[in-house]
Amino acid sequence: MNTVLRALSFRLIQAGGVALVVGVMSFLMMQAMPGDMAYRIAAARYGYDLVSADLADAVRAELRLEAGPFAQFLRWMGDLAQLDMGRSLVSGQPVWQEIAHQLGASLQLAAAAMGLSMLIGPPLGIFAGLHPGGWFDRVLLVVAAGFRAVPQFLLGLVLIVVLAVQLRLLPAAGHGSLAHFVLPALTLALGLAAASARIARDAMAAVAASPHYAFARAKGLTEAQILRRHGLRNIAAPLVTYLGLQFVMLAEGVVVVETIFGWPGIGHALIHAVFHRDVPMVQGTALVMGLGFVLLNAVVDLIVRHIDPREVQA
Amino acid sequence: MTASRLGWGLLVALICFALLAPLGDPLGPFRQSLTKALSGAEAAAPFGYDHLGRSMFSRLAHALRLSLLLAFAATATAAAIGIAFGALASWRAGWIDRALSLLADSMLALPALLMVLMMGVILSSTPLAFWAGLAAVQWIEFFRLTRSAARSHLASPAAVAATLQGFGPIWIFRRILWPEIGPMLRTTIAFGVANSIAAIAALGFVSVGMRAPTPELGLMMVELLPSWREAPFALLQPVLACFTLLLALNLIAGARK
Repeated sequence: MNTVLRALSFRLIQAGGVALVVGVMSFLMMQAMPGDMAYRIAAARYGYDLVSADLADAVRAELRLEAGPFAQFLRWMGDLAQLDMGRSLVSGQPVWQEIAHQLGASLQLAAAAMGLSMLIGPPLGIFAGLHPGGWFDRVLLVVAAGFRAVPQFLLGLVLIVVLAVQLRLLPAAGHGSLAHFVLPALTLALGLAAASARIARDAMAAVAASPHYAFARAKGLTEAQILRRHGLRNIAAPLVTYLGLQFVMLAEGVVVVETIFGWPGIGHALIHAVFHRDVPMVQGTALVMGLGFVLLNAVVDLIVRHIDPREVQA
Repeated sequence: MTASRLGWGLLVALICFALLAPLGDPLGPFRQSLTKALSGAEAAAPFGYDHLGRSMFSRLAHALRLSLLLAFAATATAAAIGIAFGALASWRAGWIDRALSLLADSMLALPALLMVLMMGVILSSTPLAFWAGLAAVQWIEFFRLTRSAARSHLASPAAVAATLQGFGPIWIFRRILWPEIGPMLRTTIAFGVANSIAAIAALGFVSVGMRAPTPELGLMMVELLPSWREAPFALLQPVLACFTLLLALNLIAGARK
């Protein structure tokens, strides 16, 4: 129990660190923008149509902008600590509202990609790991290395040109029907599957060579029974841990893939926000991605502890 | 071993092309001859022309120069910062160690592309933003590597004996830590450079990286995509260059265990 609490408090501190880093970066972004700070904040708060010199002066007085950048920084971090992210400089809507709207689409895509990669990667890896050094193992090694050398945008480009434009099997871009899921999810899943197949293969090969696996075989269990009762759980621990770390790769992939396939999620929103220098939106999406990583890894910590209750891992 | 040798061969060949090709090139990456748009190879432009009639040969070489230079600069910076911080954290321990580890853990949660994009808003120059953003993400790996190696070796009898004989921290780092960290660096550096090159191309491809006339691999792909039916080879060139470069670096990094 104690170690669970320690792990969770580490994640909590990490979340605080993420918010701090994102806050500092966003403040620097705000400072780097051209134009008068008071006007910009007034526009962010009340909308571009309503900004006037009086309103800007009111903001200047209220926030004591003359007090210098350090006081402004404290104010900025104070707003962030109260989870007040302000309004989008482009749409005028509160940032939370915009992100809540887009996060759903991103989570759907991420979940579809994760699910698809789980169907492709680990089964291939387990099969290869059961016969290490065999022809399948060697082929998988080369194919996985090839896929890892292809960045996701390049894979997306190839899939669009071959499956959507040339063969006309699937829509190249868009959002709404099930068919729109296939290409972006497949683009993300192939890269993830290549990596998880390697992890599953190495874990399976190690487990299959272990004494307890040999003993299970000596007991007279069938290969399928041994795999089910003695293999899968042992592979699950490193695989689930790796999934947590993969989140950064997934988040990065989501940014690129959503933009290429016109998927209305937070990655798409981030690129647009950067394009329009919409700092509150950049801060919001960065925070969601960073905290998403921490949250997912907290869940992974708990799951791994459940799969493997021995407290051997540091 | 042969895989890693193949990787080195490909990398050296690409670097040679990037360095040498512009020397004997009469056209340069920006000269347009619109009548030759998308036309095939000829003596002045051995790889043909792009949609604006610019020499693909010249643009490809300059794009590779840019990607390689930025990626190596970012990774070298990250290695210097990460190793210095890692050595500092394990040498000083206490709150410095905790603060640096927390910073590393916090930045670990942020994807590299996000960091580059945020740097792009802060810094006005795009190459500078790539350099700072990529270095800001990659130092973490070097930091963790150095810190964990240092932790196990600073307590070793050799390090204790050296300290007792009055050798300073720099001597201990150079003679005891460096031989441990050095061999592990190849994999980390190769992956770092590969990730940087992929990030530069990915952001170019979604039009938030390098700006238009600059020859850059991702940007060239997205520019040539609309005319891929008329000139598939023109599109294939940056795609193949990018893939070969990443494959070479992955092969160099790959020989683990």
